[in-house]
Amino acid sequence: MKTSRAKHQIAGTTVFDGEQARKGYALNKMCFSFNSAQNRAEFLQDEPAYCDKYSLNDEQRAAIASRDVLRLLAAGGNIYYLAKFAGIFGLDMQEIGAQQSGISKDAFKAALIEAGK
Amino acid sequence: MATIVGSVTTSHVPAIGRAIAQNLQQDPYWQPFFAGFPPAREWLARVKPDIAVLIYNDHGLNFFLDKMPTFAVGAAAQYHNADEGWGLPTLPPYVGDLDLSWHLIESLVAEEFDITSCQEMLVDHAFTLPLELLWPGQRPCPVRTVPVCINTVQFPLPSAARCFKLGLAIGRAIESWDSAARVVLIGSGGLSHQLDGQRAGFINKEFDLLFMEKLTSDPLWVTRYSIADLVELTGTQGVELLMWLTARGALPGEVSLVHANYHVPISNTASGLMVMEVV
Repeated sequence: MKTSRAKHQIAGTTVFDGEQARKGYALNKMCFSFNSAQNRAEFLQDEPAYCDKYSLNDEQRAAIASRDVLRLLAAGGNIYYLAKFAGIFGLDMQEIGAQQSGISKDAFKAALIEAGK
Repeated sequence: MATIVGSVTTSHVPAIGRAIAQNLQQDPYWQPFFAGFPPAREWLARVKPDIAVLIYNDHGLNFFLDKMPTFAVGAAAQYHNADEGWGLPTLPPYVGDLDLSWHLIESLVAEEFDITSCQEMLVDHAFTLPLELLWPGQRPCPVRTVPVCINTVQFPLPSAARCFKLGLAIGRAIESWDSAARVVLIGSGGLSHQLDGQRAGFINKEFDLLFMEKLTSDPLWVTRYSIADLVELTGTQGVELLMWLTARGALPGEVSLVHANYHVPISNTASGLMVMEVV
């Protein structure tokens, strides 16, 4: 994407800017639909068919199948919508955080407590 | 003319709603967070607001990326809560104040804030939790509400300086409203936290405490930082401190700090609470 604005790079962080928004629209639209319990049930019944309905690309389908939040972010996902997807599997924010930072949930929780000291 | 009594600014995370639903207020994990609220409730009982103008960010309940307003103001008789995707119990509707909503919309647009007016608006945990924390278990909530939603989902976000100016304009609008109502500002969000990426779990206690200190005495201090700086300093969701800054901007004249609390962590978030009173 051409932009006149230089990006401010922050390690381990992808800001959800226009580039990500363009890449991830279909994926985010699908995840937004998971606000509805009926849609969550429909997804669980037939995941590939549900991904078809929202025209996900191959990268997004693979990321959904992998349940890997970093891959979902790389495919243009926005964390607010992805949190609804993760919720289908009962994952809470600390599990999502632990998965992304590559540590156990206990280690992630301990690091947060340490940050408060 | 309406009177601004002060502001309450607090963090929000969905897990607070779960903790309330499961009565975990005295649980050792949650106690340091919930223990911050009784002084805020006592202050509210003393200043007796009729209306809360509640500044918050939507997390993909009411707004999707198809249409993402930078600033949106509710203009509904009632605001409904709904499932955010996790099947948590939904809360009963909150009563709006149409007169203040439209006065606010007219005043803000006249001051060149091109806001989006919303006659229907679902409100998520960022709106409901401060009300549940400040008036626990009270049905219906004893204050009427006017939601002001600031985009923190889709970058670019409005700058801290812009949000402070929005707050100033909200303050002028309330003070020019021909009403005997008493109005409290509520700012919902922050403080430092990051949910996404390898940097998930990022907390910056030093910055949070400085921000809280400056918010009373020198709120313009934080406007020196760009949004990118704030993401770096406070995390991708730490930028929700914009809600605190906007609420603070709406307070006219001198303010005094009534109460503050800070505790890390609740879920992945550094939680803060401040009560400021207009002197």
